[in-house]
Amino acid sequence: MYYVDLAVTGLIFGCMYAMMAVGLTLVYGMLRILHIAHAAVFALGAYVTVLVANMTGSIALGFLAAIIAAPIFGIAIYRLLYQPLLIYRPDVPMIASVGLLVLMQDAFRIVFGEQGVTFRSNPFALRVYDIAGVSVNAVQIAIVVAAVLVFVGLHIFTTRTRIGVAWRATVSKPQIAASFGVDAIKVRYLNFALSSGLAAIAGGLVAMLDGFVDPRTGYVVSYKALAIIVLGGLGSVRGTLVASLVLGVVESYGTIFIGSWLNRDAIAFLALIVLLMVRPQGFTGAKAG
Amino acid sequence: MSAYDISLLSVVGINVILAVSLNLISGFCGQISLGHGAFYGAGAYAAALTAIATHNLVLALVAGAIVGSLLGIIVGFASLRVRSDFLAVTTIGVNFLFTGFVRKQSWLGGEMGISGIPASGLGATGNMVLIIACALVTIALSLYINRSWMGFTFRAVSEDEDAATTLAVNVASYKLAAFGIGTALAGLAGGLYTYFTQFITADAFDFVVSVMLLAMVVIGGIGSTWGVAVAAVVLTLLPEAIRFLNDYRLLVFGGLLVLMIRVAPGGMAGLFKQLVWRSAKP
Repeated sequence: MYYVDLAVTGLIFGCMYAMMAVGLTLVYGMLRILHIAHAAVFALGAYVTVLVANMTGSIALGFLAAIIAAPIFGIAIYRLLYQPLLIYRPDVPMIASVGLLVLMQDAFRIVFGEQGVTFRSNPFALRVYDIAGVSVNAVQIAIVVAAVLVFVGLHIFTTRTRIGVAWRATVSKPQIAASFGVDAIKVRYLNFALSSGLAAIAGGLVAMLDGFVDPRTGYVVSYKALAIIVLGGLGSVRGTLVASLVLGVVESYGTIFIGSWLNRDAIAFLALIVLLMVRPQGFTGAKAG
Repeated sequence: MSAYDISLLSVVGINVILAVSLNLISGFCGQISLGHGAFYGAGAYAAALTAIATHNLVLALVAGAIVGSLLGIIVGFASLRVRSDFLAVTTIGVNFLFTGFVRKQSWLGGEMGISGIPASGLGATGNMVLIIACALVTIALSLYINRSWMGFTFRAVSEDEDAATTLAVNVASYKLAAFGIGTALAGLAGGLYTYFTQFITADAFDFVVSVMLLAMVVIGGIGSTWGVAVAAVVLTLLPEAIRFLNDYRLLVFGGLLVLMIRVAPGGMAGLFKQLVWRSAKP
Protein backbone atom coordinates (compact mmCIF):
# COMPACT_ATOMS: atom_id res chain seq x y z
CA MET A 1 0.00 0.00 0.00
CA TYR A 2 2.96 2.24 0.67
CA TYR A 3 3.83 2.43 -3.01
CA VAL A 4 0.23 3.21 -3.93
CA ASP A 5 0.27 6.04 -1.40
CA LEU A 6 3.40 7.42 -3.01
CA ALA A 7 1.84 7.24 -6.47
CA VAL A 8 -1.30 9.05 -5.28
CA THR A 9 0.72 11.79 -3.60
CA GLY A 10 2.80 12.08 -6.74
CA LEU A 11 -0.24 12.42 -8.97
CA ILE A 12 -1.74 15.09 -6.70
CA PHE A 13 1.52 17.06 -6.82
CA GLY A 14 1.55 16.48 -10.57
CA CYS A 15 -1.92 18.01 -10.95
CA MET A 16 -0.75 21.04 -8.98
CA TYR A 17 2.35 21.41 -11.16
CA ALA A 18 0.20 21.04 -14.26
CA MET A 19 -2.06 23.96 -13.35
CA MET A 20 0.97 26.07 -12.56
CA ALA A 21 2.92 25.07 -15.67
CA VAL A 22 0.14 25.32 -18.24
CA GLY A 23 0.27 29.11 -17.96
CA LEU A 24 3.98 29.08 -18.72
CA THR A 25 3.33 26.84 -21.69
CA LEU A 26 0.68 29.22 -23.04
CA VAL A 27 2.96 32.23 -22.67
CA TYR A 28 5.94 30.43 -24.15
CA GLY A 29 3.89 29.09 -27.04
CA MET A 30 2.77 32.56 -28.04
CA LEU A 31 5.66 34.88 -27.20
CA ARG A 32 8.68 32.61 -26.72
CA ILE A 33 9.31 34.16 -23.29
CA LEU A 34 10.22 32.06 -20.27
CA HIS A 35 7.77 33.72 -17.91
CA ILE A 36 9.49 33.00 -14.59
CA ALA A 37 7.53 35.75 -12.84
CA HIS A 38 4.51 33.50 -13.31
CA ALA A 39 5.38 32.23 -9.83
CA ALA A 40 4.74 35.75 -8.49
CA VAL A 41 1.26 35.61 -10.06
CA PHE A 42 0.79 32.23 -8.40
CA ALA A 43 1.88 33.64 -5.02
CA LEU A 44 -0.38 36.68 -5.50
CA GLY A 45 -3.31 34.33 -6.11
CA ALA A 46 -2.48 32.43 -2.94
CA TYR A 47 -2.19 35.61 -0.82
CA VAL A 48 -5.40 37.13 -2.18
CA THR A 49 -7.30 33.89 -1.56
CA VAL A 50 -6.19 33.66 2.06
CA LEU A 51 -6.60 37.36 2.83
CA VAL A 52 -10.08 37.68 1.33
CA ALA A 53 -11.18 34.37 2.84
CA ASN A 54 -10.06 35.58 6.27
CA MET A 55 -11.79 38.91 5.77
CA THR A 56 -15.12 37.61 4.52
CA GLY A 57 -15.13 34.15 6.05
CA SER A 58 -15.80 32.57 2.69
CA ILE A 59 -13.11 30.65 0.83
CA ALA A 60 -15.19 30.84 -2.38
CA LEU A 61 -15.04 34.65 -2.27
CA GLY A 62 -11.30 34.36 -1.73
CA PHE A 63 -10.93 32.36 -4.92
CA LEU A 64 -13.17 34.79 -6.80
CA ALA A 65 -11.03 37.74 -5.73
CA ALA A 66 -7.86 35.88 -6.72
CA ILE A 67 -9.27 35.03 -10.14
CA ILE A 68 -10.02 38.73 -10.68
CA ALA A 69 -6.76 40.13 -9.29
CA ALA A 70 -4.27 37.74 -10.90
CA PRO A 71 -5.21 38.36 -14.57
CA ILE A 72 -4.93 42.12 -14.04
CA PHE A 73 -1.45 41.62 -12.65
CA GLY A 74 -0.56 39.20 -15.45
CA ILE A 75 -1.66 41.62 -18.16
CA ALA A 76 0.24 44.44 -16.46
CA ILE A 77 3.42 42.32 -16.51
CA TYR A 78 3.01 41.75 -20.24
CA ARG A 79 2.15 45.33 -21.10
CA LEU A 80 4.72 47.09 -18.91
CA LEU A 81 7.60 44.62 -18.90
CA TYR A 82 7.60 42.09 -21.71
CA GLN A 83 6.12 43.97 -24.63
CA PRO A 84 8.90 46.59 -24.81
CA LEU A 85 11.53 43.85 -24.44
CA LEU A 86 10.33 41.62 -27.27
CA ILE A 87 12.81 43.25 -29.66
CA TYR A 88 15.81 41.86 -27.71
CA ARG A 89 17.29 38.37 -27.43
CA PRO A 90 15.02 35.97 -25.50
CA ASP A 91 17.31 35.96 -22.46
CA VAL A 92 16.69 39.68 -21.88
CA PRO A 93 12.96 39.40 -20.99
CA MET A 94 13.85 36.26 -19.05
CA ILE A 95 16.35 38.10 -16.82
CA ALA A 96 13.78 40.86 -16.32
CA SER A 97 11.32 38.16 -15.32
CA VAL A 98 13.72 36.73 -12.74
CA GLY A 99 14.24 40.26 -11.39
CA LEU A 100 10.50 40.79 -11.10
CA LEU A 101 10.03 37.50 -9.28
CA VAL A 102 12.78 38.30 -6.75
CA LEU A 103 11.28 41.78 -6.29
CA MET A 104 7.73 40.49 -5.79
CA GLN A 105 8.81 37.76 -3.42
CA ASP A 106 10.62 40.25 -1.22
CA ALA A 107 7.65 42.63 -1.45
CA PHE A 108 5.33 39.87 -0.19
CA ARG A 109 7.76 39.19 2.64
CA ILE A 110 7.91 42.85 3.61
CA VAL A 111 4.15 43.43 3.42
CA PHE A 112 2.88 40.19 4.95
CA GLY A 113 5.86 39.22 7.09
CA GLU A 114 8.26 36.30 7.25
CA GLN A 115 5.56 34.04 8.69
CA GLY A 116 3.09 34.79 5.93
CA VAL A 117 -0.67 34.57 6.45
CA THR A 118 -2.60 31.59 7.85
CA PHE A 119 -6.18 30.62 7.06
CA ARG A 120 -8.43 31.48 9.98
CA SER A 121 -10.64 28.54 9.17
CA ASN A 122 -9.77 25.91 6.60
CA PRO A 123 -12.16 23.00 7.18
CA PHE A 124 -11.50 21.26 3.86
CA ALA A 125 -7.91 20.31 4.63
CA LEU A 126 -9.09 18.38 7.71
CA ARG A 127 -11.87 16.52 5.93
CA VAL A 128 -10.19 13.21 5.15
CA TYR A 129 -11.68 10.55 2.88
CA ASP A 130 -10.64 6.95 2.50
CA ILE A 131 -10.55 5.89 -1.15
CA ALA A 132 -9.59 2.24 -1.67
CA GLY A 133 -7.35 2.27 1.36
CA VAL A 134 -5.59 5.54 0.51
CA SER A 135 -6.51 8.52 2.68
CA VAL A 136 -6.81 11.83 0.87
CA ASN A 137 -8.25 15.13 2.09
CA ALA A 138 -10.84 17.30 0.38
CA VAL A 139 -8.28 19.81 -0.90
CA GLN A 140 -6.26 17.10 -2.59
CA ILE A 141 -9.41 15.87 -4.33
CA ALA A 142 -10.20 19.45 -5.32
CA ILE A 143 -6.74 19.83 -6.87
CA VAL A 144 -7.26 16.76 -9.04
CA VAL A 145 -10.80 17.80 -10.02
CA ALA A 146 -9.66 21.36 -10.82
CA ALA A 147 -6.80 20.08 -12.98
CA VAL A 148 -9.15 17.80 -14.93
CA LEU A 149 -11.64 20.64 -15.42
CA VAL A 150 -8.93 23.05 -16.51
CA PHE A 151 -7.45 20.74 -19.11
CA VAL A 152 -10.79 19.55 -20.48
CA GLY A 153 -12.03 23.15 -20.52
CA LEU A 154 -8.89 24.33 -22.29
CA HIS A 155 -9.26 21.62 -24.89
CA ILE A 156 -12.89 22.55 -25.58
CA PHE A 157 -12.05 26.24 -25.62
CA THR A 158 -9.26 25.92 -28.17
CA THR A 159 -11.09 23.52 -30.49
CA ARG A 160 -14.75 24.52 -30.27
CA THR A 161 -14.93 28.31 -29.83
CA ARG A 162 -14.13 31.09 -32.30
CA ILE A 163 -11.83 32.86 -29.87
CA GLY A 164 -10.04 29.61 -29.17
CA VAL A 165 -9.45 28.97 -32.86
CA ALA A 166 -8.21 32.55 -33.35
CA TRP A 167 -5.87 31.99 -30.48
CA ARG A 168 -4.42 28.80 -31.91
CA ALA A 169 -4.02 30.52 -35.26
CA THR A 170 -2.07 33.34 -33.61
CA VAL A 171 0.17 30.85 -31.84
CA SER A 172 1.11 28.99 -35.00
CA LYS A 173 1.13 31.75 -37.67
CA PRO A 174 0.74 35.26 -36.22
CA GLN A 175 0.98 37.15 -39.53
CA ILE A 176 -1.54 34.98 -41.35
CA ALA A 177 -3.91 35.08 -38.38
CA ALA A 178 -3.64 38.87 -38.40
CA SER A 179 -4.45 39.00 -42.09
CA PHE A 180 -7.64 37.08 -41.33
CA GLY A 181 -8.65 39.82 -38.93
CA VAL A 182 -7.45 38.37 -35.64
CA ASP A 183 -6.34 41.12 -33.25
CA ALA A 184 -3.00 39.73 -32.05
CA ILE A 185 -2.73 42.20 -29.16
CA LYS A 186 -6.10 41.17 -27.74
CA VAL A 187 -5.17 37.51 -28.08
CA ARG A 188 -1.97 38.16 -26.12
CA TYR A 189 -3.91 39.89 -23.36
CA LEU A 190 -6.32 36.98 -23.30
CA ASN A 191 -3.37 34.61 -23.11
CA PHE A 192 -1.90 36.36 -20.07
CA ALA A 193 -5.31 36.75 -18.42
CA LEU A 194 -6.09 33.06 -18.80
CA SER A 195 -2.71 31.74 -17.68
CA SER A 196 -2.68 34.11 -14.70
CA GLY A 197 -6.19 33.06 -13.71
CA LEU A 198 -5.14 29.41 -13.77
CA ALA A 199 -2.05 30.22 -11.68
CA ALA A 200 -4.30 32.00 -9.17
CA ILE A 201 -6.52 28.93 -8.81
CA ALA A 202 -3.45 26.74 -8.33
CA GLY A 203 -2.09 29.22 -5.78
CA GLY A 204 -5.33 29.27 -3.82
CA LEU A 205 -5.50 25.48 -3.76
CA VAL A 206 -1.89 25.14 -2.60
CA ALA A 207 -2.57 27.69 0.15
CA MET A 208 -5.54 25.60 1.25
CA LEU A 209 -3.46 22.45 1.18
CA ASP A 210 -0.72 23.98 3.35
CA GLY A 211 -3.15 26.04 5.43
CA PHE A 212 -1.00 29.17 4.94
CA VAL A 213 1.00 31.25 2.45
CA ASP A 214 4.49 32.47 3.18
CA PRO A 215 7.22 34.15 1.12
CA ARG A 216 8.51 30.76 0.00
CA THR A 217 5.19 29.81 -1.61
CA GLY A 218 5.76 29.26 -5.29
CA TYR A 219 9.48 29.92 -5.12
CA VAL A 220 10.77 26.50 -6.08
CA VAL A 221 7.63 25.55 -7.99
CA SER A 222 8.44 28.42 -10.32
CA TYR A 223 11.72 26.95 -11.46
CA LYS A 224 10.30 23.44 -11.42
CA ALA A 225 7.56 24.59 -13.79
CA LEU A 226 10.35 25.53 -16.21
CA ALA A 227 11.60 21.96 -16.04
CA ILE A 228 8.08 20.77 -16.77
CA ILE A 229 7.47 22.88 -19.85
CA VAL A 230 10.78 21.79 -21.33
CA LEU A 231 10.03 18.14 -20.53
CA GLY A 232 6.59 18.59 -22.04
CA GLY A 233 8.01 19.90 -25.29
CA LEU A 234 7.63 23.68 -25.12
CA GLY A 235 4.26 25.07 -26.05
CA SER A 236 2.42 21.77 -25.99
CA VAL A 237 -0.45 21.77 -23.47
CA ARG A 238 -0.88 18.02 -23.59
CA GLY A 239 2.86 17.49 -23.13
CA THR A 240 2.77 19.79 -20.11
CA LEU A 241 0.07 17.70 -18.47
CA VAL A 242 1.95 14.45 -19.05
CA ALA A 243 5.29 15.92 -17.91
CA SER A 244 3.70 17.33 -14.73
CA LEU A 245 2.20 14.01 -13.74
CA VAL A 246 5.40 12.13 -14.55
CA LEU A 247 7.51 14.59 -12.58
CA GLY A 248 5.13 14.42 -9.62
CA VAL A 249 5.37 10.64 -9.48
CA VAL A 250 9.13 10.51 -10.17
CA GLU A 251 9.77 13.02 -7.36
CA SER A 252 7.55 11.06 -5.05
CA TYR A 253 9.47 7.82 -5.61
CA GLY A 254 12.76 9.66 -6.05
CA THR A 255 12.67 11.06 -2.52
CA ILE A 256 12.51 7.44 -1.30
CA PHE A 257 15.21 5.95 -3.51
CA ILE A 258 17.71 8.77 -4.04
CA GLY A 259 16.51 11.13 -1.30
CA SER A 260 19.59 10.38 0.77
CA TRP A 261 21.89 12.23 -1.61
CA LEU A 262 19.62 14.73 -3.40
CA ASN A 263 16.64 16.71 -2.16
CA ARG A 264 13.24 16.81 -3.82
CA ASP A 265 13.85 19.98 -5.80
CA ALA A 266 17.26 18.91 -7.05
CA ILE A 267 15.68 15.78 -8.57
CA ALA A 268 13.46 17.91 -10.82
CA PHE A 269 16.44 19.95 -11.99
CA LEU A 270 18.51 16.84 -12.59
CA ALA A 271 15.72 15.60 -14.86
CA LEU A 272 15.60 19.00 -16.58
CA ILE A 273 19.34 19.19 -17.23
CA VAL A 274 19.59 15.61 -18.45
CA LEU A 275 16.69 16.14 -20.82
CA LEU A 276 18.03 19.44 -22.15
CA MET A 277 21.40 17.84 -22.83
CA VAL A 278 20.06 14.67 -24.43
CA ARG A 279 17.18 16.16 -26.39
CA PRO A 280 17.38 19.98 -26.52
CA GLN A 281 14.38 19.92 -28.84
CA GLY A 282 12.15 18.38 -26.13
CA PHE A 283 10.08 15.25 -26.51
CA THR A 284 7.83 16.56 -29.25
CA GLY A 285 10.44 18.24 -31.39
CA ALA A 286 9.91 21.96 -30.69
CA LYS A 287 13.34 23.57 -30.79
CA ALA A 288 14.73 24.91 -27.51
CA GLY A 289 17.22 27.72 -27.93
CA MET B 1 40.66 50.63 10.35
CA SER B 2 37.95 48.99 12.41
CA ALA B 3 37.18 45.27 12.19
CA TYR B 4 33.89 46.23 10.54
CA ASP B 5 35.63 48.18 7.77
CA ILE B 6 38.03 45.31 7.16
CA SER B 7 35.27 42.73 6.80
CA LEU B 8 33.21 45.09 4.64
CA LEU B 9 36.13 45.68 2.27
CA SER B 10 36.76 41.94 2.12
CA VAL B 11 33.16 41.31 1.05
CA VAL B 12 33.43 44.10 -1.53
CA GLY B 13 36.58 42.51 -2.94
CA ILE B 14 34.99 39.06 -3.18
CA ASN B 15 31.92 40.47 -4.91
CA VAL B 16 34.08 42.38 -7.39
CA ILE B 17 35.89 39.14 -8.32
CA LEU B 18 32.55 37.32 -8.70
CA ALA B 19 30.84 40.03 -10.74
CA VAL B 20 33.81 40.67 -13.03
CA SER B 21 34.28 36.94 -13.62
CA LEU B 22 30.57 36.51 -14.40
CA ASN B 23 30.90 39.42 -16.82
CA LEU B 24 33.61 37.48 -18.62
CA ILE B 25 31.13 34.68 -19.31
CA SER B 26 27.89 36.60 -19.72
CA GLY B 27 29.15 39.99 -20.85
CA PHE B 28 32.12 39.28 -23.13
CA CYS B 29 31.05 35.89 -24.43
CA GLY B 30 27.26 36.42 -24.21
CA GLN B 31 26.53 33.17 -22.36
CA ILE B 32 24.00 34.21 -19.71
CA SER B 33 24.63 32.28 -16.51
CA LEU B 34 22.31 32.32 -13.50
CA GLY B 35 24.35 29.70 -11.68
CA HIS B 36 27.52 31.57 -10.76
CA GLY B 37 26.80 30.82 -7.10
CA ALA B 38 27.38 27.12 -7.76
CA PHE B 39 30.95 27.66 -9.01
CA TYR B 40 31.63 30.07 -6.16
CA GLY B 41 30.33 27.41 -3.76
CA ALA B 42 32.25 24.56 -5.38
CA GLY B 43 35.44 26.58 -4.98
CA ALA B 44 34.63 27.40 -1.37
CA TYR B 45 33.94 23.78 -0.43
CA ALA B 46 37.04 22.52 -2.26
CA ALA B 47 39.18 25.15 -0.52
CA ALA B 48 37.66 24.32 2.86
CA LEU B 49 38.38 20.60 2.54
CA THR B 50 41.92 21.26 1.27
CA ALA B 51 42.56 23.78 4.03
CA ILE B 52 41.49 21.32 6.72
CA ALA B 53 43.58 18.54 5.18
CA THR B 54 46.79 20.47 4.43
CA HIS B 55 46.68 23.80 6.34
CA ASN B 56 48.19 25.37 3.24
CA LEU B 57 46.72 28.67 2.01
CA VAL B 58 48.08 28.58 -1.54
CA LEU B 59 47.13 24.94 -2.07
CA ALA B 60 43.58 25.59 -0.83
CA LEU B 61 43.07 28.62 -3.09
CA VAL B 62 44.44 26.73 -6.09
CA ALA B 63 42.16 23.77 -5.29
CA GLY B 64 39.19 26.16 -5.13
CA ALA B 65 40.01 27.67 -8.51
CA ILE B 66 40.57 24.26 -10.12
CA VAL B 67 37.35 22.70 -8.82
CA GLY B 68 35.34 25.82 -9.76
CA SER B 69 36.87 25.71 -13.23
CA LEU B 70 36.24 21.97 -13.69
CA LEU B 71 32.57 22.36 -12.82
CA GLY B 72 32.48 25.43 -15.07
CA ILE B 73 33.88 23.56 -18.04
CA ILE B 74 31.33 20.78 -17.53
CA VAL B 75 28.55 23.37 -17.54
CA GLY B 76 30.31 25.03 -20.49
CA PHE B 77 29.61 21.90 -22.49
CA ALA B 78 25.92 22.58 -21.83
CA SER B 79 26.35 25.94 -23.58
CA LEU B 80 27.31 24.01 -26.71
CA ARG B 81 23.95 22.21 -26.65
CA VAL B 82 21.52 24.95 -25.66
CA ARG B 83 21.57 28.70 -26.26
CA SER B 84 20.29 31.92 -24.78
CA ASP B 85 17.37 31.57 -22.37
CA PHE B 86 17.66 27.79 -22.21
CA LEU B 87 21.28 28.03 -21.20
CA ALA B 88 20.16 30.39 -18.43
CA VAL B 89 17.58 27.83 -17.30
CA THR B 90 20.21 25.08 -17.33
CA THR B 91 22.49 27.16 -15.12
CA ILE B 92 19.60 27.83 -12.72
CA GLY B 93 19.23 24.05 -12.57
CA VAL B 94 22.95 23.65 -11.87
CA ASN B 95 22.69 26.04 -8.96
CA PHE B 96 19.72 24.22 -7.39
CA LEU B 97 21.39 20.89 -8.04
CA PHE B 98 24.58 22.07 -6.34
CA THR B 99 22.89 23.31 -3.16
CA GLY B 100 20.48 20.32 -3.13
CA PHE B 101 23.45 17.96 -3.40
CA VAL B 102 25.63 19.68 -0.79
CA ARG B 103 22.82 19.81 1.77
CA LYS B 104 22.53 16.01 1.67
CA GLN B 105 26.25 15.14 1.87
CA SER B 106 27.57 14.29 5.31
CA TRP B 107 31.19 14.64 4.14
CA LEU B 108 30.40 18.24 3.15
CA GLY B 109 28.74 18.92 6.48
CA GLY B 110 25.17 18.67 5.14
CA GLU B 111 22.82 21.38 6.38
CA MET B 112 25.28 22.36 9.11
CA GLY B 113 28.07 23.30 6.70
CA ILE B 114 31.80 23.11 7.40
CA SER B 115 33.18 24.89 10.44
CA GLY B 116 36.59 24.97 12.07
CA ILE B 117 38.43 25.91 8.87
CA PRO B 118 42.02 26.82 9.82
CA ALA B 119 42.99 30.49 9.64
CA SER B 120 45.06 31.70 6.71
CA GLY B 121 47.76 32.96 9.11
CA LEU B 122 47.65 36.44 7.57
CA GLY B 123 45.24 37.97 10.08
CA ALA B 124 42.08 39.87 9.13
CA THR B 125 44.01 42.76 7.56
CA GLY B 126 46.26 40.39 5.63
CA ASN B 127 43.23 38.54 4.34
CA MET B 128 41.68 41.80 3.20
CA VAL B 129 44.85 42.84 1.39
CA LEU B 130 44.99 39.44 -0.31
CA ILE B 131 41.34 39.67 -1.37
CA ILE B 132 41.72 43.19 -2.75
CA ALA B 133 44.91 42.22 -4.56
CA CYS B 134 43.04 39.30 -6.16
CA ALA B 135 40.18 41.64 -7.11
CA LEU B 136 42.60 44.05 -8.80
CA VAL B 137 44.31 41.20 -10.64
CA THR B 138 40.87 39.98 -11.80
CA ILE B 139 40.00 43.44 -13.13
CA ALA B 140 43.38 43.69 -14.87
CA LEU B 141 42.94 40.23 -16.41
CA SER B 142 39.46 41.15 -17.58
CA LEU B 143 40.71 44.38 -19.18
CA TYR B 144 43.57 42.49 -20.81
CA ILE B 145 41.28 39.76 -22.17
CA ASN B 146 38.91 42.37 -23.55
CA ARG B 147 41.72 43.94 -25.60
CA SER B 148 43.22 40.64 -26.69
CA TRP B 149 42.37 38.46 -29.66
CA MET B 150 40.39 36.26 -27.27
CA GLY B 151 38.20 39.16 -26.20
CA PHE B 152 37.60 40.04 -29.83
CA THR B 153 36.49 36.46 -30.51
CA PHE B 154 34.30 36.41 -27.40
CA ARG B 155 32.47 39.45 -28.75
CA ALA B 156 32.04 37.78 -32.12
CA VAL B 157 30.53 34.71 -30.44
CA SER B 158 28.32 36.95 -28.34
CA GLU B 159 27.06 38.99 -31.29
CA ASP B 160 26.40 36.19 -33.76
CA GLU B 161 27.52 32.62 -33.26
CA ASP B 162 26.75 31.50 -36.78
CA ALA B 163 28.64 34.39 -38.36
CA ALA B 164 31.59 33.67 -36.07
CA THR B 165 31.56 30.04 -37.21
CA THR B 166 31.67 31.06 -40.86
CA LEU B 167 34.70 33.22 -40.08
CA ALA B 168 36.45 30.01 -38.93
CA VAL B 169 36.16 30.86 -35.24
CA ASN B 170 36.08 27.71 -33.15
CA VAL B 171 33.00 28.78 -31.21
CA ALA B 172 32.95 25.72 -28.94
CA SER B 173 36.48 26.14 -27.62
CA TYR B 174 36.03 29.87 -26.98
CA LYS B 175 32.81 29.26 -25.05
CA LEU B 176 34.57 26.62 -22.98
CA ALA B 177 37.47 29.03 -22.43
CA ALA B 178 35.08 31.73 -21.20
CA PHE B 179 33.42 29.32 -18.79
CA GLY B 180 36.77 27.86 -17.69
CA ILE B 181 38.39 31.23 -16.91
CA GLY B 182 35.29 32.85 -15.42
CA THR B 183 34.49 29.95 -13.11
CA ALA B 184 38.14 29.51 -12.06
CA LEU B 185 37.98 33.10 -10.76
CA ALA B 186 34.63 32.32 -9.06
CA GLY B 187 36.28 29.30 -7.43
CA LEU B 188 39.14 31.51 -6.27
CA ALA B 189 36.59 33.92 -4.78
CA GLY B 190 35.06 30.91 -3.01
CA GLY B 191 38.46 30.01 -1.55
CA LEU B 192 38.99 33.57 -0.34
CA TYR B 193 35.50 33.56 1.19
CA THR B 194 36.32 30.31 3.01
CA TYR B 195 39.35 31.90 4.68
CA PHE B 196 37.42 35.09 5.34
CA THR B 197 34.56 33.45 7.29
CA GLN B 198 36.19 30.14 8.31
CA PHE B 199 32.67 28.68 8.20
CA ILE B 200 30.59 27.84 5.14
CA THR B 201 27.08 26.50 4.50
CA ALA B 202 25.18 25.83 1.28
CA ASP B 203 22.97 28.88 1.94
CA ALA B 204 25.84 31.23 1.10
CA PHE B 205 25.87 29.95 -2.50
CA ASP B 206 22.20 29.54 -3.36
CA PHE B 207 20.33 30.83 -6.38
CA VAL B 208 19.67 34.25 -4.81
CA VAL B 209 23.43 34.90 -4.84
CA SER B 210 23.53 34.13 -8.54
CA VAL B 211 20.66 36.54 -9.19
CA MET B 212 22.43 39.29 -7.21
CA LEU B 213 25.62 38.74 -9.19
CA LEU B 214 23.81 38.90 -12.51
CA ALA B 215 22.03 42.02 -11.25
CA MET B 216 25.44 43.61 -10.58
CA VAL B 217 26.57 42.75 -14.10
CA VAL B 218 23.40 44.05 -15.77
CA ILE B 219 23.19 47.20 -13.64
CA GLY B 220 26.88 47.99 -14.14
CA GLY B 221 26.58 47.50 -17.88
CA ILE B 222 26.94 44.07 -19.38
CA GLY B 223 30.32 43.69 -21.05
CA SER B 224 31.97 46.69 -19.36
CA THR B 225 34.66 45.65 -16.86
CA TRP B 226 34.77 49.00 -15.06
CA GLY B 227 30.99 49.38 -15.04
CA VAL B 228 30.56 45.94 -13.48
CA ALA B 229 33.36 46.45 -10.94
CA VAL B 230 31.89 49.80 -9.85
CA ALA B 231 28.39 48.29 -9.65
CA ALA B 232 29.71 45.45 -7.48
CA VAL B 233 31.33 47.94 -5.09
CA VAL B 234 28.32 50.28 -4.95
CA LEU B 235 25.69 47.54 -4.66
CA THR B 236 27.65 45.88 -1.84
CA LEU B 237 28.19 49.11 0.07
CA LEU B 238 24.75 50.63 -0.53
CA PRO B 239 22.76 48.31 1.78
CA GLU B 240 25.46 48.79 4.45
CA ALA B 241 25.50 52.57 4.16
CA ILE B 242 21.74 52.95 4.19
CA ARG B 243 20.80 50.70 7.09
CA PHE B 244 17.11 50.27 6.40
CA LEU B 245 17.92 49.08 2.89
CA ASN B 246 19.65 46.02 4.33
CA ASP B 247 16.32 44.37 5.07
CA TYR B 248 15.05 45.17 1.61
CA ARG B 249 18.18 44.00 -0.20
CA LEU B 250 16.38 41.68 -2.62
CA LEU B 251 13.64 44.21 -3.28
CA VAL B 252 16.28 46.75 -4.26
CA PHE B 253 18.29 44.33 -6.38
CA GLY B 254 15.21 42.97 -8.16
CA GLY B 255 13.79 46.45 -8.66
CA LEU B 256 17.02 47.87 -10.04
CA LEU B 257 17.42 44.85 -12.31
CA VAL B 258 13.94 45.23 -13.80
CA LEU B 259 14.27 49.01 -14.08
CA MET B 260 17.70 48.81 -15.72
CA ILE B 261 16.65 46.26 -18.33
CA ARG B 262 13.49 48.19 -19.06
CA VAL B 263 14.99 51.69 -19.22
CA ALA B 264 18.67 51.23 -20.10
CA PRO B 265 19.69 47.74 -21.19
CA GLY B 266 23.27 49.04 -21.52
CA GLY B 267 23.48 49.57 -17.76
CA MET B 268 25.33 52.36 -16.00
CA ALA B 269 28.26 52.04 -18.40
CA GLY B 270 25.89 52.55 -21.32
CA LEU B 271 24.32 55.61 -19.72
CA PHE B 272 27.75 57.02 -18.94
CA LYS B 273 28.91 56.54 -22.52
CA GLN B 274 25.78 58.24 -23.85
CA LEU B 275 26.37 61.17 -21.51
CA VAL B 276 30.01 61.57 -22.58
CA TRP B 277 29.08 61.21 -26.22
CA ARG B 278 26.36 63.85 -25.93
CA SER B 279 28.51 66.36 -24.10
CA ALA B 280 31.33 65.83 -26.61
CA LYS B 281 29.07 66.99 -29.41
CA PRO B 282 28.98 70.77 -29.88
